[in-house]
Amino acid sequence: MAGAGGGGCPAGGNDLQWCFSQVKGAVDEDVAEADVISTVEFSHSGDLLATGDKGGRVVIFQREQENKSRPHSRGEYNVYSTFQSHEPEFDYLKSLEIEEKINKIRWLPQQGAARFLLSTNDKTIKLWKISERDKRAEGYNLKDEDGRLRDPLRITALRVPILKPMDLMVEASPRRVFANAHTYHINSISVNSDHETYLSADDLRINLWHLEITDRSFNIVDIKPANMEELTEVITAAEFHPHQCNVLVYSSSKGTIRLCDMRSSALCDRHSKFFEEPEDPSSRSFFSEIISSVSDVKFSHSGRYMMTRDYLSVKVWDLNMESRPVETHQVHEYLRSKLCSLYENDCIFDKFECCWNGSDRMVERVQYFKL
Amino acid sequence: MMLSKGLKQKREEEEEGKEALAVDTWWLDPGHPAVAYAPPAVASRSLFDLSVLKLHHSLRQSEPDLQHLVLVVNTLQRIQACMAPTAALPPMPSLPTAPGIADNLLASSDASLSASMASLLEDLSHIEGLSQAPQPLVDEGPPGHPTGGAAPILGALDLLGPATECLLVDGLEGLFEDTDTMYDSELWAPASEGHKSSPEDGPGKEEAPELDEAELDYLMDVLVGTQALERPPGPGC
Repeated sequence: MAGAGGGGCPAGGNDLQWCFSQVKGAVDEDVAEADVISTVEFSHSGDLLATGDKGGRVVIFQREQENKSRPHSRGEYNVYSTFQSHEPEFDYLKSLEIEEKINKIRWLPQQGAARFLLSTNDKTIKLWKISERDKRAEGYNLKDEDGRLRDPLRITALRVPILKPMDLMVEASPRRVFANAHTYHINSISVNSDHETYLSADDLRINLWHLEITDRSFNIVDIKPANMEELTEVITAAEFHPHQCNVLVYSSSKGTIRLCDMRSSALCDRHSKFFEEPEDPSSRSFFSEIISSVSDVKFSHSGRYMMTRDYLSVKVWDLNMESRPVETHQVHEYLRSKLCSLYENDCIFDKFECCWNGSDRMVERVQYFKL
Repeated sequence: MMLSKGLKQKREEEEEGKEALAVDTWWLDPGHPAVAYAPPAVASRSLFDLSVLKLHHSLRQSEPDLQHLVLVVNTLQRIQACMAPTAALPPMPSLPTAPGIADNLLASSDASLSASMASLLEDLSHIEGLSQAPQPLVDEGPPGHPTGGAAPILGALDLLGPATECLLVDGLEGLFEDTDTMYDSELWAPASEGHKSSPEDGPGKEEAPELDEAELDYLMDVLVGTQALERPPGPGC
């Protein structure tokens, strides 16, 4: 039975040793389907880690404050909040069940004490507010301590409520629901650098939303052909540029990446840049297209580079050079000789993610390993 | 009748479906004598069969994964493009009843069935006119010349039977359903069912002759020889 593990490699060189520092969740083999984790996402500061599972739940872990007595040990992550983000729904028109599985989670930049995140399943995106409460007000005038309303006629004096400490309580409340905008399955969400808009991408379209407006969105990319019989590729991932709020990229199942500028037109059907590495004729096979399908694309924090993940490799691209990546890191090259078997058991269609470390000096990728 | 894609399969049904698709993978064993000395054509044909199975399984899902579907179709086209015409094929088996083909396809995938299916599909792809779906608006070239390489696959798949027919109507147009328009109101017209026909609608069979005429026109074209058929259409067509 194969699982998934983490591995890292520096962008531009030397091997590093990676090891597990913590294992969260059930370690035995008897794991319920609903508990299978489907997505993970660190907050921008790294102090919170959000996980989504197939049961539609979001579990947030918080890193403990570093202990002065152990200055070299990194803080452990413990459960901070758990809430049910999505429930299974039924589309009565199509007579189809909509799974509650969380496909993606994205944190919004922190602007106050409360934290906000976007979570999405196949069809609906939700904005959640995660806030802490460690004080409670006592001494209300119109209600008793147990919450019962007092008779106003019996109130003879006014008092100012006082705040008293209480055990920390973390509350997650849904603030926005963005629904009914996607015909196909949502695979990506990305918050814009303007902190006001975000995009959601499905197999054929990308929509632009305003975080305050839930009843409308703007379609900015549409690759659906006029005749569905001409369909040959789908959108696999999309992301906004970290600094330029008008720039976004999206990847396809054919291993291409398109960079679009929203200033050029309302509908970004024509890309501004097209990134594709020519196929190596010596390694061409029936499965070339499948293994070249890009499963994830991420901009570097600087915005100068982007990283793509396909089945066998991680590639680093310079946005100023479209012809080929500046770096290619083979992830599990030993699988190249087993593509037929992987095609037979459908593992060749597995999707992996990737991310940059904080300094853009290393890339992290998920790969198979044997348990 | 409601145009329903069906309810989402229960988990045990999905698992049963996956078990039914357990394919004899002898061709993947490099130590197997047949594989070690198998010519590339045999490997391509086996991959073709496997891809057809995957396509069929994917289409049976209540809501197919579009990315998976597109990749399988593209791979299928690539395999077919590389498959050279075989010099000698086994004797063409008589076409069984259409549901039987679909059932056999799902029930077992032994080597003999794979070989006969592969030869059947390959032979059918050469039959002029069969690869082109009967559409009045076809404008992709002279009849018998499939467009984009996809029509031969889907024309052959179309003969798998009614179980596949409802999923692969008119080639790729049925393969990648247009979810945006497939539930438009015209599809819900009750008159075709005759359930809610009002007295003013007449006998309720006024629309039937129109459908029959379209079918008759196509059949006439076939019989007259506009599309050269080597064998009569099966009972499911």
